[in-house]
Amino acid sequence: MNGKTFLALLARDAHVARRNLVPLLFQTFLQPLLFVFIFGRVMVGSGYMPAAYKSLLLPGIMAISMVFTGIWAVAMPLIGEFQFTREIEDRLLAPIAISWVAVEKVIAGLVQAIVAGLVVIPLAWIILRPGLELHMANPVLFVCITLLVAIFSACGGLALGCSVDQQHIGLMFSMVLTPMIFFGCTYYPWSALGKFPILQKLVLINPLAYASEGLRATLVPQFPHLSLPLILAALAAFDILLFVVGLRQFHKKAVS
Amino acid sequence: MDSAIRTRGLRKIYNSAPPAGAVRGDASAARGKRNKEPKPQIVALDGIDLDVAPGEIFGLLGPNGAGKSTTVGILTTRVRPTGGTAWISGHDVWQDQTAAKRQIGVVAQRPNLDFSLTAREILVFHGAYFGLSSRERTERANALLDRFQLTDRADQLVRGFSGGMMQRVSIARAMMHDPQVLFLDEPSVGLDPQTRLLLWEIIREYNRKGRTILLTTHNMEEADSLCQQLAIIDHGRIIASGTPSGLKASIPGGFVLRLRFGRHSSPLLERLATLPGVTEVRPSPDAGVDLYAGRGGSLIPEIVNAAAAFGVELSDVHISEPSLENLFLHHTGRSLRE
Repeated sequence: MNGKTFLALLARDAHVARRNLVPLLFQTFLQPLLFVFIFGRVMVGSGYMPAAYKSLLLPGIMAISMVFTGIWAVAMPLIGEFQFTREIEDRLLAPIAISWVAVEKVIAGLVQAIVAGLVVIPLAWIILRPGLELHMANPVLFVCITLLVAIFSACGGLALGCSVDQQHIGLMFSMVLTPMIFFGCTYYPWSALGKFPILQKLVLINPLAYASEGLRATLVPQFPHLSLPLILAALAAFDILLFVVGLRQFHKKAVS
Repeated sequence: MDSAIRTRGLRKIYNSAPPAGAVRGDASAARGKRNKEPKPQIVALDGIDLDVAPGEIFGLLGPNGAGKSTTVGILTTRVRPTGGTAWISGHDVWQDQTAAKRQIGVVAQRPNLDFSLTAREILVFHGAYFGLSSRERTERANALLDRFQLTDRADQLVRGFSGGMMQRVSIARAMMHDPQVLFLDEPSVGLDPQTRLLLWEIIREYNRKGRTILLTTHNMEEADSLCQQLAIIDHGRIIASGTPSGLKASIPGGFVLRLRFGRHSSPLLERLATLPGVTEVRPSPDAGVDLYAGRGGSLIPEIVNAAAAFGVELSDVHISEPSLENLFLHHTGRSLRE
């Protein structure tokens, strides 16, 4: 690999992200914070939801923010740049193997996903307190899970971005991302699906379910959650699978 | 010394997918699995051998769809060859992509600029991808922006640029890392005459630094005035190659008279072949005749007389002087513009 070229590719993405900072911030944080406000503050404050729901909600919101930011940050530019304008061409022609161009996109995406996840915690804390009970018992585990979730989101973005055409972006949202959120154990713990045994098994094919449950396990372990070894293994498997698929799709798009 | 560009037996077959929606829906479901049918194949290149010496301006001339862009695509690592091998300065472009990419600068047929950046940033980041130091990047970007008359718009996003300006930025970008081999795919399409002249001047200037340039064009004038060597390509094959003057001299007679008569007449064709100066007579569809001859207009009275003698009316005449256009016509029976 050629380090200078790789850093220059990263610098380009950082430069573009900086230029679009304000829309990027709204896009990343507005929706999760509105959700936190309505469900964590309004619904709990008015007594429709128990106070404990605040703490249960936060890891799920963090998972959504990370996964969406990562997918969005990688998939949307790729979809645009692989269209007929072929904007990505100058990077494909850079003196570096084209797989590294895909890896660079993943790294840029996972950094944004991590930032999104870490910023949501203090922001949500400001909105939700008092009554928010976070117990991070094992910081190393938290870092591991955050990293695995970030990688999954960025690799998911790579796989989707290289498989979806511009005219199908709307479909990608309604057919892939929306069901993923609602069946991703984000607004409720996995154990809450106990009364829907078939659905409870089905959601296990959704990587976002492991992301939410994983963050729940490290931030609010007082609530029931999936077992940690299962979460770690599933997230690692999804990371690898999506990276391999994404890389293959990237090559298909890049070389005719 | 290695050729700047060398290809042997280059082939490319595209497996184009069936049109979207054509095989979907109830019809295919009712007939069961139909996706085993072979996909239609399009042969884009059918064995291309090229040798371009370092420091040459080489032109690939041919009509649209002849295989010019596919050839450039393979040489610039963007298209996977189905067969054959291509080398840039001795580096196999498929096996040793990174080394090949270091040698080349590419201007694609359609502007493919990074729309998130300004003109200056496009050049500076491109320099960074190729490992130039920050000082080199700034200096070269400034010099190129100036040379391409882009300095006033240098700090605006290229999204709002006109086609001609985008084309200038693309060419400046390709020159930014001072590549040994510069590829220009139809560089002057869509440029106004003034910008085209500026471009030609810049290409010659770049060539004087000892750099190799391969350009594709379907513009005879461009091929004739700019290129030192030419290959004429049609249906994925090279049908003639050499210097522009050598190629033109190879056409029998040099002049082409495209005639059309009221009706077809074989005795008339035989008579035309005996006219002084006529080297070849080729019938073309709809009672047409292509006459290759050493002279042009002065043949007309004799042709008219000969036609009258056989009771045939001459309905259309087109005379063209020795040109690459005629060469293409001679080899393919078609005009480049058809």
